[in-house]
Amino acid sequence: MSGSAVQEAAAGAGTDAGPVLRVEHVRKTYGRHRVVLRDVTLEVPQHTVTALIGASGSGKSTLLRCANLLEEIDDGAIHLDGEEITDPRADADAVRRRIGVVFQSYNLFPHMTVLQNITLAPRRVLGVGRAQAEERARALLDRLGLADKAHEYPDRLSGGQQQRVAIVRALAVRPRLLLLDEITAALDPELVGEVLTVVRGLKDEGMTMVLATHEMAFARTVADQVCFLDDGVVREQGSPEQLFGDPREDRTRRFLRRITEAGRL
Amino acid sequence: MTAHPAAGLAEGPAGTAGDGYTPSPRRLARERYKRARTRRSAAAAGLSTAVTAVVLYLLITGSPGWQRTRETFFNARYARIALPDVLQGLLLNLELLAVCGSCVLVLGLLLAVARTLRGPVFFPLRALATAYTDFFRGLPLIICLLLIVFGVPALRLQGVTTDPVVLGGSALVLTYSSYVAEVFRAGIESVHPSQRAAARSLGLSGAQTLRYVVLPQAVRRVVPPLLNDLVSLQKDTGLVSIAGAVDAVYAAQIIAGRDFNYTPYVVAGLVFVALTIPMTRFTDWVTARLDRRRTQGGTV
Repeated sequence: MSGSAVQEAAAGAGTDAGPVLRVEHVRKTYGRHRVVLRDVTLEVPQHTVTALIGASGSGKSTLLRCANLLEEIDDGAIHLDGEEITDPRADADAVRRRIGVVFQSYNLFPHMTVLQNITLAPRRVLGVGRAQAEERARALLDRLGLADKAHEYPDRLSGGQQQRVAIVRALAVRPRLLLLDEITAALDPELVGEVLTVVRGLKDEGMTMVLATHEMAFARTVADQVCFLDDGVVREQGSPEQLFGDPREDRTRRFLRRITEAGRL
Repeated sequence: MTAHPAAGLAEGPAGTAGDGYTPSPRRLARERYKRARTRRSAAAAGLSTAVTAVVLYLLITGSPGWQRTRETFFNARYARIALPDVLQGLLLNLELLAVCGSCVLVLGLLLAVARTLRGPVFFPLRALATAYTDFFRGLPLIICLLLIVFGVPALRLQGVTTDPVVLGGSALVLTYSSYVAEVFRAGIESVHPSQRAAARSLGLSGAQTLRYVVLPQAVRRVVPPLLNDLVSLQKDTGLVSIAGAVDAVYAAQIIAGRDFNYTPYVVAGLVFVALTIPMTRFTDWVTARLDRRRTQGGTV
């Protein structure tokens, strides 16, 4: 993959030294009693990959949805490039435009072809002309080995192909930050590799990413920092070597042991 | 064993796959059995249909009033007299269907969208749309028609038409748009929230999400029930006859009233049936096609 997809995006925002994403004391509950995020604080520096790990229901996905303003937080603040996006006066559509999301279940638009899926947002949100949007979409598809699928409908593609199209769709608006929500969890094991290869390529290009994942081996090799979410807080945070190799917290050790027993590490 | 047995569904004629496969005796026996079973059920169906028809025929023609009934309802002479008038009147029904149908679809869609709008700003719109659908879905069409057709002219409003066709058509639109609004709303709500989330995450506004992502999927899904409502509208256009508009039903009524023979009603009824059957078949075809597409395996 060439570097242009990311560098163009990164050039748009000021390249100050601050973190791209800063999450400060975020609290999120559903209803009155289900506290999902109790007090989460973390920073995502530019050109780095942060992996969120933790048991099912530990709030990984919720945190990503909050960061993209698909959920409203109860307390705390989230900053994108130093600007508070959880301020109710912030333009949510404009914020979402700067953050790309890839979902576990792909969520491609089934009534549109691959090309239409990818060009929808550039054309309607960024106001890019059709020819230009399609040209860029084709270039991105080409890089991910999907050039011949441009005119297929999503239901004719394999899960791995659909997920790669979803990644292209997210990249098409040149996001500053990419959020990946368990993007391999719905895939057959033999298709996981092709998607993870794409993510690794994006990292090499310098894309800033946050990924919620169960693929510990992948998190270990691709992430710059790993955050273990547990009971609504970041229980432990560190480099992959430290967190996987020598976890400080008892809870982290127990979680990793369970994962190891399940054969996922 | 025969040389070319009609083979199972999966593979077309047996042994044509070109891989040197020859059907096993087990498969051939199985297929022989299935063919025999099909023949047996076809014979049983044919026999029972014939018996039913004969019994019905004897029952009806043997009834004491049959001679009178045939004279009054199935009189060929009156059928010939009535048919041209009825067909002439049918043009009005078709016109009403085209005009009212379009209005119903547009108004129904607007109502459905109004009901799904979120946020306090839209409360009045939402409440109005809800009240409208609740009211007109519950109000019997015939009462709605009578009230509009006789009530509106009674107001003697300046510049408001007293044309029974326009008034009758309006009543149809009022009632049917509330049905259709509910169909559209069901379609909109059947689009999975994750589709909305995906669209919003790309930076599309709420309105853009509705326009490009939600509505196209919603409308596709409700095509069969919508066509069903249109079939229903098609025959209910006959109700404008109570307002005095000369449609197929009223044309029949004129002749029936003059000559005390009800054959024209039967003719008008059959004409409506003949008109709805193609529409119904079309609905079935569309539904089957959509189902096929869906079972090909979309994940969303």
